[in-house]
Amino acid sequence: MAKLISKINTRSQDFLDNAAHMQTQVDDLRSKLGEIKLGGGERSRDRHLSRGKLLPRDRVNALLDDGSAFLEFSQLAAYKVYEDNVPSAGIITGIGRVGGQECVIVANDATVKGGTYYPLTVKKHLRAQAIAQENNLPCIYLVDSGGANLPNQDDVFPDKEHFGRIFFNQANMSANNIPQVAVVMGSCTAGGAYVPAMADESIIVKEQGTIFLAGPPLVKAATGEVVSAEDLGGADVHCRTSGVTDHYAQNDHHALEIARSTVKNLNRVKPVSIDFQQVIEPEYPSEDIYGIIPKDTRQPFDIREVIARIVDGSNFDEFKALYGNTLVCGFANIYGYPVGIVANNGVLFGESAEKGAHFIQLCAQRKIPLVFLQNITGFMVGKQYESGGIAKHGAKMVTAVATAQVPKFTILIGGSFGAGNYGMCGRAYDPRFLFMWPNARISVMGGEQAAGVLAQVTRDKKEKLGESWSEEDEQKFKQPIIDNYEHQGHPYYASARLWDDGIIDPADTRQVLGLAISASLNKPIDDTKFGIFRM
Amino acid sequence: MFNKILIANRGEIACRIIKTAKKMGVLTVAVYSDADKDALHVHMADEAIYIGPSPSRESYLLGDKVIAAAIKTGAQAIHPGYGFLSENADFCRTCAAKNITFIGPPVGAIEAMGSKSAAKNIMEKANVPLVPGYHGEDQSSAVIKKAADDMGYPVLLKATAGGGGKGMRQVWNEQEFEEGFAAAKREALSSFGDDTMLVEKYLTQPRHVEIQVFCDNHQNAVYLFERDCSVQRRHQKVIEEAPAFKMSEELRAKMGESAIKSAQAIGYQGAGTVEFLLDVDGSFYFMEMNTRLQVEHPVTEMISGQDLVEWQLRVAAGEVLPKTQQQLVLNGHAFEARIYAEDANNDFLPATGKLSLLQTPVESEHVRIDTGVRQGDEVSVYYDPMIAKLIVWDENREKALKRLSKALSEYRINGVTTNIDFLYNLATSKPFVEEDIDTGFIEKNNDLIFHDNAQELLNELPIAALYLVLSIEKKALQSALHSNDPYSPWHNANAWRLNEPHSHVLVLAHNDVEYTVEVEQKRQGNDAYYLVKINSEQFDCQGTLDDDNLVVNINGHRSLATINCNENNISLYRANGVFNFTHILPDFGQHEGDDSHGGLTAPMNGTMVSVLVEAGDTVSKDQPLVIMEAMKMEHTIKAPSDGTINEVFFQAGDMVDGGAELLAFSTSEE
Repeated sequence: MAKLISKINTRSQDFLDNAAHMQTQVDDLRSKLGEIKLGGGERSRDRHLSRGKLLPRDRVNALLDDGSAFLEFSQLAAYKVYEDNVPSAGIITGIGRVGGQECVIVANDATVKGGTYYPLTVKKHLRAQAIAQENNLPCIYLVDSGGANLPNQDDVFPDKEHFGRIFFNQANMSANNIPQVAVVMGSCTAGGAYVPAMADESIIVKEQGTIFLAGPPLVKAATGEVVSAEDLGGADVHCRTSGVTDHYAQNDHHALEIARSTVKNLNRVKPVSIDFQQVIEPEYPSEDIYGIIPKDTRQPFDIREVIARIVDGSNFDEFKALYGNTLVCGFANIYGYPVGIVANNGVLFGESAEKGAHFIQLCAQRKIPLVFLQNITGFMVGKQYESGGIAKHGAKMVTAVATAQVPKFTILIGGSFGAGNYGMCGRAYDPRFLFMWPNARISVMGGEQAAGVLAQVTRDKKEKLGESWSEEDEQKFKQPIIDNYEHQGHPYYASARLWDDGIIDPADTRQVLGLAISASLNKPIDDTKFGIFRM
Repeated sequence: MFNKILIANRGEIACRIIKTAKKMGVLTVAVYSDADKDALHVHMADEAIYIGPSPSRESYLLGDKVIAAAIKTGAQAIHPGYGFLSENADFCRTCAAKNITFIGPPVGAIEAMGSKSAAKNIMEKANVPLVPGYHGEDQSSAVIKKAADDMGYPVLLKATAGGGGKGMRQVWNEQEFEEGFAAAKREALSSFGDDTMLVEKYLTQPRHVEIQVFCDNHQNAVYLFERDCSVQRRHQKVIEEAPAFKMSEELRAKMGESAIKSAQAIGYQGAGTVEFLLDVDGSFYFMEMNTRLQVEHPVTEMISGQDLVEWQLRVAAGEVLPKTQQQLVLNGHAFEARIYAEDANNDFLPATGKLSLLQTPVESEHVRIDTGVRQGDEVSVYYDPMIAKLIVWDENREKALKRLSKALSEYRINGVTTNIDFLYNLATSKPFVEEDIDTGFIEKNNDLIFHDNAQELLNELPIAALYLVLSIEKKALQSALHSNDPYSPWHNANAWRLNEPHSHVLVLAHNDVEYTVEVEQKRQGNDAYYLVKINSEQFDCQGTLDDDNLVVNINGHRSLATINCNENNISLYRANGVFNFTHILPDFGQHEGDDSHGGLTAPMNGTMVSVLVEAGDTVSKDQPLVIMEAMKMEHTIKAPSDGTINEVFFQAGDMVDGGAELLAFSTSEE
């Protein structure tokens, strides 16, 4: 394979300035997450612990194999979305290894609003299930939740992608032999009762776990019957009498150990049929990426410098290097797995889009996973390009991306604007995983452009009416639009709403991709049937 | 030379004798009890004869059965080994009557030395120096006490029939006398059936130095130098060495000649050991003479290049001694460590169980292992719980001692608690290395040997934690190699987390104190290093784990540790001693059916000596309830709290399995 040679001078002032700028953003992310990871407030954590329960992150740690990685999703979910502070949307999701198997883990955080489901809690739970479904990964639910958050019931209960979908997914995954294991470690009320009830196997912790369709207060209100939670739906009731749960655990650790045994008994073999190679670390340190990404987002940089710090041995066999060179395509390995890389290196022209479509076809045919490094202001505009058929060339690439059945992985490393987002496998194009860097921005177009468009429309209107508009007034008009785009295009805003699977440290890109690609290979790669390419 | 001999013993000494007999072309007959039907000595011998049930008084101690076995197999001679029948004059006499050679001294010598006070009278006449003492026949406590008062305290009370520390008591002042006297008599009576006592001046810093002598029946006698056996616990030898340190040629010759004089005074033949107390000023006193091959004879063999068992056979067959005194050359230095199944941290309580793992250091010209057990064998309640003798040799004491600690660190025994760690700590302790040794060594250096220093511990904790993390990584690497997806980053056991440090949190306990240790991996691959956090302290660690050997670098200090990890127990063998940690695993809670019934259980296999309570008795906390005997030691089981005895399940004389419920006990309500 051809080795990429870096031309970066890591001692230059630009590099150092860039690195410092990225470091600030990574530090900000880490410090925000530091608080978020604590979950609910100190008082609710203490109360949780005083009941002899493990905190949700400790539950996840205890469930995982010794030293297993945990690829957590959407840590910033619900960040500054609700009036209430709902860290991580009150639910921890991710992929980790249990009994040697990559599993999706969904753990309620009862220290956050009693583990109740806000709309984004539902969305995050469903996203984790989607990841399990798309990648054929067993699901382990660590249940400790009061059910739907009642004040928000209209955004939680009725719609297709709401609470009920959780159980629909459980049933359908079970039907496809994607095992569903539930560990009841706290409340499991009303709809929540169906998580263990719909599971293939369920475990309950004595004197902690309870399962009932209606809790004691509702029972009393409905029938006048007075009953304790334990007598109504505790471990003894469900393991000895009702049969709702299968395994009786003495405490949290015991329950998690039973869950581990359950997974070990699944008889699953990862169907890896891909030509993997021995892993070679990249020639250049991944931390260099900090200094490569310009502080000023309008300044160009060579995407190959980033690729050299992600792929095995910095080896990259570029495809059509001399054609449509604003899109870099080529073959490489990440953690030994072959990948096709599609990376922006400027605005998309017709040639670049055609080249991209061609390359995606190659990968789909050969069943090579695709990695998109997205940094795109959009397709080229203007008379020349429209008449050159940029729309149909773009459409070819979008068609290829949309229908390719190989696992796709998207990293938003810079801008993600307009139709560029589509061609580069944005959220709507079902990448198996989509992560953002802290410096990335996502919106239908750049803030400046949007403000410019809206200002032009306004100016046209005013001019028709014969009104004048000063430059100063126009600037006053544009600034809030720019600010709003900046606010809504920020990764924190995006990640809070689950437009992605999380924000990652650029230096972790290789590691995250390696874990994600490996996990995706639990599902055999299907044949691709492309749509009609407009020629 | 004999054509065939019978070995009236078991365990390592039987195996040891068989080895030499084989080398000499002499056929061997073993004897065995129920417990030993598949023992190593039975397999090694050419023939083996069953002689009875497991308890030694029903098998190995029955001279008639042994002699019958010899007659049946046509063995011309019997080697008694040590213990059992080795110093039994009646047995010796019966052998002679049946025309079987007893490989040992004449009956007269056994009898002369069999009684300690009689022995001292003989030695006194032969001008062998004696410790001031009373060896009289008047056994009234008043007379013996007066003798003690006259020679001044401390004094040592000893059973005249005794040995191996049984029936022996130190008395430090007049007030303690009666209590110690009664206890020593009781122990003597139960151990030897004879409670005749003697009393001696107790030297405060004596060394135990013994001379190996050999006599043939042609008036030749030699001494094969000395052994220092000062390191003892409860008068049982722990580590022996030869030659003795700080020993001048003059003193060696003087003691050697004195020993020969002792032997000749009783017309000795064969291998014998004359034990002396050596005082700091170089004066020495006769203690006793052992008329048999000693447990610690291998150190003498290592420095003299002679095979003492071969010498025994030759002398018993009437040959002259293979070497003269002038031909004997002392070469190098040897140590012997006795590896026992016992719990050094729990007052050396004997342990029993199955040797689920038994891996010895590699034997060489420097390392010798005398053992009678194999992996999978049982250390039973019936016999001495010695597992093996580890013997090392090198050209000087310093080098030999290094070999000893290295070999101890390589010994791997699981299934049974052993004293290996204790021996290692002892062998690596400063005073032992510096030859600051007398018979009170273990008591004096208790803290050093058991390592209770907090700072020292804090330095070792990161190593234990690092070992665990490296083992996890190694295990992960192994399973990766066997996977159909070998390069998956999911195999990495670095506890990777998104946007937070990658840490293993481990709980390690030392002496029941728990420490939470956080090990954070920094960088990957060959550059990997680890940040170990314990409380507020932080250590930069790097390590390479190769089998059981860990090379560590902690805050820039590079050192070595040999590690023995058995389930979640980790022993770190370090230059300054061994450190034990337990990796605390999650508590899975108490399971149904686990409930104990408030009973009291036997600490080990043994015999019920006496039951001091009856069903229905009300007892108070710490009141003795029953007395068990195991491994020749009494263990009193006391009430854990105030309460009532509901039922008693055993009677005096019953055999009890370790862990068996002895009595039903209920705690009284507050």
